[in-house]
Parts: sequence; structure tokens; C-alpha cells
Amino acid sequence: MSSVHVSTTINGDAVEYVCPVGETLLDSLRDRVGLTGAKEGCGTGDCGACSVTLDDQLVCSCLVLGVEANGRTVNTVEGMAQDGELHVLQKKFIEHAALQCGICTPGFLVAADALLQRNPNPTVEEVRYALAGNLCRCTGYDKIVRAVLDAGKEMRKQNKSKSKKR
Amino acid sequence: MAHDNSYTGQDFQVVGTRPERPDGVDKVTGRARYGADASAPGQLVGLILRSPHAHAQIKKIDTSKAEKLPGVKAVLTSKDLPDLTGGDAGMYDILENCMARERALYDGHAVAAVAAVDAQTAKKALKLIKVQYKKLPHVTDVDEAMKPNAPIVQPRIKDKETGKPTNVCGIVPMGHGDLDEGFAQADVIVERSYKTEQTHQGYIEPHACLASMGPDGQGELWVTTQGHFTYRNVCATLLGLDIAKLKVTSSEIGGGFGGKTHVWMEPVALALSRKANRPVKLVMTREEVFRASGPTCSTSSDIKIGATKDGRITAAQATIRYQDGAFPGIWGMLGAMTAFACYDLKNCQALCYDVLVNRPKVAAYRAPSAPMAAFGVESTMDILAAELGIDPVDFRLMNAADEGTKAAYGPVYGPIGIKATLEAVKRHPHMRARLGKNQGRGMACGFWFNIGGQTCSDLNIGVDGTVNLTIGTIDVGGARASMSLIAAEELGIPYEDVKCTIGDTASLGHNDTTEGSRGTFSSGMATIFAARDAIDEMKKRAAAMWEIPVEEVAWENGAAVAVGKHNSNLGSLTLKEIARKSPQTGGPIAGHNEVTADGAGVSFASHICDVEVDPETGATKILRYTVVQDAGKAVHPTYVEGQMQGAAAQGIGWALNEEYIYGKDGRLQNPGFLDYRVPVCSDLPFIDTEIMEIPNPSHPYGVRGVGETSIVPPLAAIGNAVSNAVGVRMNHVPMSPPRILKALREAQAAEKQVSAG
Repeated sequence: MSSVHVSTTINGDAVEYVCPVGETLLDSLRDRVGLTGAKEGCGTGDCGACSVTLDDQLVCSCLVLGVEANGRTVNTVEGMAQDGELHVLQKKFIEHAALQCGICTPGFLVAADALLQRNPNPTVEEVRYALAGNLCRCTGYDKIVRAVLDAGKEMRKQNKSKSKKR
Repeated sequence: MAHDNSYTGQDFQVVGTRPERPDGVDKVTGRARYGADASAPGQLVGLILRSPHAHAQIKKIDTSKAEKLPGVKAVLTSKDLPDLTGGDAGMYDILENCMARERALYDGHAVAAVAAVDAQTAKKALKLIKVQYKKLPHVTDVDEAMKPNAPIVQPRIKDKETGKPTNVCGIVPMGHGDLDEGFAQADVIVERSYKTEQTHQGYIEPHACLASMGPDGQGELWVTTQGHFTYRNVCATLLGLDIAKLKVTSSEIGGGFGGKTHVWMEPVALALSRKANRPVKLVMTREEVFRASGPTCSTSSDIKIGATKDGRITAAQATIRYQDGAFPGIWGMLGAMTAFACYDLKNCQALCYDVLVNRPKVAAYRAPSAPMAAFGVESTMDILAAELGIDPVDFRLMNAADEGTKAAYGPVYGPIGIKATLEAVKRHPHMRARLGKNQGRGMACGFWFNIGGQTCSDLNIGVDGTVNLTIGTIDVGGARASMSLIAAEELGIPYEDVKCTIGDTASLGHNDTTEGSRGTFSSGMATIFAARDAIDEMKKRAAAMWEIPVEEVAWENGAAVAVGKHNSNLGSLTLKEIARKSPQTGGPIAGHNEVTADGAGVSFASHICDVEVDPETGATKILRYTVVQDAGKAVHPTYVEGQMQGAAAQGIGWALNEEYIYGKDGRLQNPGFLDYRVPVCSDLPFIDTEIMEIPNPSHPYGVRGVGETSIVPPLAAIGNAVSNAVGVRMNHVPMSPPRILKALREAQAAEKQVSAG
């Protein structure tokens, strides 16, 4: 199988790698770029542990090829904290104990971020359906849903005070 | 519920608070390193070839073509893993399960393995291995496997009376009293049969390891495991290594629930590495996890309970058949011990069978064996309560075990929480909430032993007064936080001053596997004693600094204080002050403890569940769910709630959706998360929790285990709720839509027959 040179942007940085054409984006991220935050829980798009965004669209990186990232923008859990400051969702996940083993957490954070960007004020039902593609086996989802709702509230508050300042 | 300190005399400053976990930042930033996240220079990719047959003789394996493929560095069959077990039957089972020998015993059984420079090459190499099989008759159902002419899974297992090969590898009776006399005293007797299907723990992280063996007999293994010391001992035995020369490091673990207590493929990774003389990374796919790691038993059972009109149980009998997969387990014994543990019974007997079939070797799954027994017993309890016209909670309370009760499995209980949880259920507002059409409510209770075992902890105090705590049990749900709380409590310092690490096998003495909800109980105990050991040393240092006898030094609120009037001018020396001076007063200050933690406190839970069943589709929606559980002492209440909620959610999946489905060919038909459906976020409501604290007198802080108990009641609680909603008794889990529709149609047909007749 021949390999392909890929130029892409990952978490704001220009990145290049060479990968076989059949390799998943998940494997490229983990094995070639060294970003192991996205996890392989199933390899079939059923568990969401490998969630990343590709040009701002939430995808299972195990269902995308590494070569498809060429010329596009990939964001992963490693890019969520900015300037040494955790993202509100990251803080709320720790505060609400929305993680136990933590293997699903990167996927949940990326998926929850995608939800809140699309819908800053979701209902409980909307959170539950938006995260239905991410499996967690430890928490029963209770504290995850609470953390996402609380993060949404906090982010709305921050956006409000930002727009007031303007 | 307020903490009762009458047994322990402990008042807490730090324990019982809810600080943030120390591994939180690593886990939300992607920095935490799990089994598949480690790499080594020159590492190879390992892959395993698995049997496509349920049962087959392996006539020949030709690896020559695979070996010749460029990039392939090692090909392995059972010939590379000679039997070094020295007659240890349990160890031989592990060896045979890691790599099939004369026969493949289940669909997915490993038959060969390769290590190659990359995944593509390894995949190609697997295809080049030619295995010549001769298919043999198979059996995958527990009841079929017990029949006289069933295909035999393990010919070496013989019936003790006839001497003939049998699939029944264990028969365990448990109980006391006289059943005949008891049933003769009963006014009402209910007898029913039940079935539960096989489920998987479903941890999101597949098994993964990075093995590195040198030709000098020294090796390292990085692995996702619940018991790195056990993995070390097993791998060293199977590969003929010195235990001290194999260092096993437990990675962050992405869920285990019992499934990562057993060795599945790690000896293969080490053997590949030894053969290739390079590090080998071996990671299971999800399909391999389902087909070839250890799910829990499927069961069939017959339960018979009799009671007097006023609600007193006179006799109880359970016969339960546990399907163990292709290798013998202790699942029947655990079922027999737990079946009637909630109740105070004069006459009871549980008779449980372990049965071999052509399925993967069964592993522990959170309170193993207890949920299936509780499904039958707690369903029968509800039917009996209804026949007696007694409220189901009252009926359980009338018969609940208490301090002094002789448990059905032998011991006499100390202070226990079953009545407290039932009373909490009785007064819970959930019990009075209104129900609508097609809705039903159910409740059930459950028991789990909890265990202690071999444990040791190290506690090192730095010169700045911050503390390194090293423990040997692993952390899945917040153990580093709870152990830090315990160390801080004992030393009298802030939680933030303690850093807890899971030690590798070279840094600590042996620690038993983290199973049986033993982590907080036993590592907590070792941590308390290690801290007290360090305090003794700090008292000596303070005495030297003051130049007074050590007997005149006490430890209060994180400081040494000089006692006695003649010392009143000395004041106190804080831990920080003593630590700062330690280089001059005798060197580093440390505390250490090794203990076989005895006296784990048994734990009980009672659950309430509301469901709505769609009569058109048979689909069940969980409307509301409440968990009440006794924790003894909740060290970090938020993480205790997390255990209760997570266990309930797994129970809900088991009750409604999850099951292994085998075809007539004996192959697993649904080895993936699409067709083996665990509960997703939109399936569940918020799960309410109520923590009870009835202290365990055998633990300095009153701690019981909390991890497992709450997976025991859900099958029956939901079974009772669904049965109440649809008016038909459900006796087979999972209560999937087709199974509910079938039960409804059968009930309608029976009704028609009655009205026609």
C-alpha cells in the first residue's frame, strides 16, 4: 500500500505527516503526530472515544482516513485548553466528577464543545441526544450531563460579559 | 445520613469532603496515558489469529509463508509457550486460554500470533498462516451443556461419581436448616424459573499492552490491568521468568469492572517480544474484546420461596446453573453464597452449578454471580409478596437480615445496612410519585461481600512537608483522591499536600488485584497505618529536636506537641517544620505498611425504578431510578455516588438490552457496540443516590467497599417494574422489546383460551 504526504492544520499548528492511504485519521493522529488524546474504543464509529472535529464538523476519527485531513483543519482534545487555561468544559468535567476512568472523556469533551457551539443553551434532552454517540461505561452519564449543562451556563455568562464590554 | 462514629470513634476533618481529583487535568487534556498510549523505540505491532470455529481440533498450523514475509519478526504458536505450570490446573487454564493447544475451544480462541514492523504487514502475515481445523460438535447453552449427550468441552474434567467426562465442573450447595420442614410450615409457596443472558463488562478501553523482553530474561510490561502484581506473577510463571526480573506497570485504566483482573494476551506479547528481541505492542480490537476476553455468565435458575400468611419466610431454595465458558470458574460458589444473603432465614439452600460451554472464559463482572441470583430471588420475593397481599418493601423488611443474623453463606453478621436501605426506600418520595398508563414501579435489594487481601503502601515526606503516597491497588474511579484524603486526614495536613501514585511492581511489595471492591478498604487501611508509621518517626524527630523523651510527644492536627506541664514552653512542631529539619535529624522520613486486610464490611443496596413500556413495540424507557446503598464511610461522597450510578447504569443495560447472541454455528453474532448495545446517554434519566453510612467496625474509618453492590439489584428491580407495568411476569433478561412482546402475546393468547374455554 502506497503512502501519501499530508499537510494539515492540527489544533492551530501546521503539521505534515506521511501515512498509508488506508490508515485512519485516528491512527495518523496517534501514531504519526503523537496526539494520543483521541482513543480507539471500537474502530467502527459506535463509541465516540475518537471524536475530533474536521473543519469544525464533529467526526469519529476512526471513520475518516488520515489522507482526508490534507488541506483541512483538525481539532482534538489537546487543543481545547488555551494559553495554559483549561476550557470551561474541562473545568466543569473535573468539578462535577464527570469522569471516572477517563478513557471516554476526550471524546465527550470534543462532542460537548461541538454541541455548545451549535446550541449554547441546550435542554437536558438535547444534551442527552447530542452525546448519544459517545459511550461511557463508568458514570451512567448523570454527572456528564450536569457538567455540560453547567458549562453551557458558564459560557453564556462569559459571552454576555464579553459582549457588554464591547 | 449523619456519620455514626460509635464503632470507630473517628471524627473527620478531610475525609468526607469532595475535592477535585488529582488525575483530573491529565484526563481532560488527553495527557493521561492508557494501555495503548505508550510506545518504545523499535516497537513492533503484534496481532493474534483467532479460531473461526466454536470447537475444533487443530490438526496443523503452517506458519512458513508468514515467517518469510518481509517485515515479520516473530510468529508464535502454542509450541512457543511450553507448559511450565508444574501441574497447577488454574495456571494451565490461563496458558491454554492465551493460546489454543490441541483444540480451539470457542469462537475467537487464539491459535497463533505475529509481530511485524507495522500493522499492514502484521495483518498480511496473519492471512498467510494456514491452520488446518477439524470441526467438532459444540455447545453454547448452559442447559444443553448439562444434558447427558452434550459435546464435552474439557475432557480432563470428570464426574466424581461416574468418572466420565462432564461439562459440570462444580457443584456448590450452601445454606442451613431443614427445607422440607420449612416448606411444610408455609401457607404460600411460589416457585418460578428464570434465565439471564451473557453480558460483557464493556469497558471502553480494549485490552492493550507494550511488552519488552530481553535475551537476558529481564522484561517490562506496560499494561491496562486491575492487578499488575498478579499479571506479573502469571506472566513470569508461564514464561519461566524470575518474578523480580519482570517489571509490570499499570497504565491508566480505561475501565475494568472485573474484566481486567484476568490475563488474556499479555504472555503472548511478552513471548513475541522475546522471540523478536524487540518491544511489541499488542492491542485488542473491540471484536476481539467481545469474542476473546471474559464476559460474565449466562444462567438459568429455579427459585422456590415459602412464607406464612403473616409474611414470615419459612424456607427458601435456589438452584442456579452458571455458564463458565470453556474454563472452570468459581461463579457457582459466589452465586450460592450471595443468593439469600439479604435475608434472615431459618431454612435455606442454594445449589449452584458451574457448567462449561464453547464460549470465552468467563471473568468477573462487578459483584460476579450475584445479579443473576438476585434476579430470580428478588423477582420471586415480589410475586410472593403480591400473593400474600403484603407491600413488597414491608415483606422484605419483615425478613431482612440484621446484626446477629446467621447469613445463608455461614457467618454471623455484624452491624449491616440492609434494613437501613429498605427503610430509606420506604420513606423516599420516589415511592409515592404517581404513575401513568403503561408505567410500573419496582424495587429490589442486593448484597455483596467486598474483600480485603494483601496490600502495602509507602508514604514519603519531602523536605517541604508535601507527601508522596505510593499504593499498589489501581485507580479507576478516583482512588488517588480518596487515598490522598485518607493520608491527609491521618497526618493532619491539607489534601493538596498529598500526591498519590500507583506504584509499579518493582516499587512496592505484592498487592492483590483490585477486585471485590477492595481498593478503598484495603489500600485505605495500609495508608492509615503507613501514615501512623511516619507519625511515629516524626514524633521521634521532634523529641530529638526538643531533647525530651519520645513518650512526651503527641501528634495533634498535623503537628508534634510536647505533653506535660514541664514541657509547656516547647509548644509544637508542625509536619513542615519537622520535614525541613529532617536532613539534620536522621534523614528522610517515611512510613510503610504491609497488611492482609481482614474484615471487609459486607454491603447492601436497595433500588427503586419506574419504567414505561410501549405495548406496541415492547420497548422500555427508564423514567426514574433511585439507588440507596450503604458505604460504611464515604471517603469522597461524589465518587461513591459515581460508583452507585455507574453500577445501576450497567444493570439497566443488562436488564433491557445487552446480551451475547450465538448462532447455530456457535459463533458470536454481535461482537461490536452497534449490535451489543450498552445504554447511551439518551437512554437514561438522572440517577438519584442516597448514601447510607453504617460503619464497618473492622476498618479504622468504617469503610466498606462501594464499587460493586449496586449492579446486583437492577435486573430484579427493573424486572419487577416492567412486570408491574405490563401485568405479565418477566422471567428472562434482557427484557428486550421482542422478549416483552412475546410475553405479552403469550399472556393474551392464554387469556383468550381461558375466556373461550
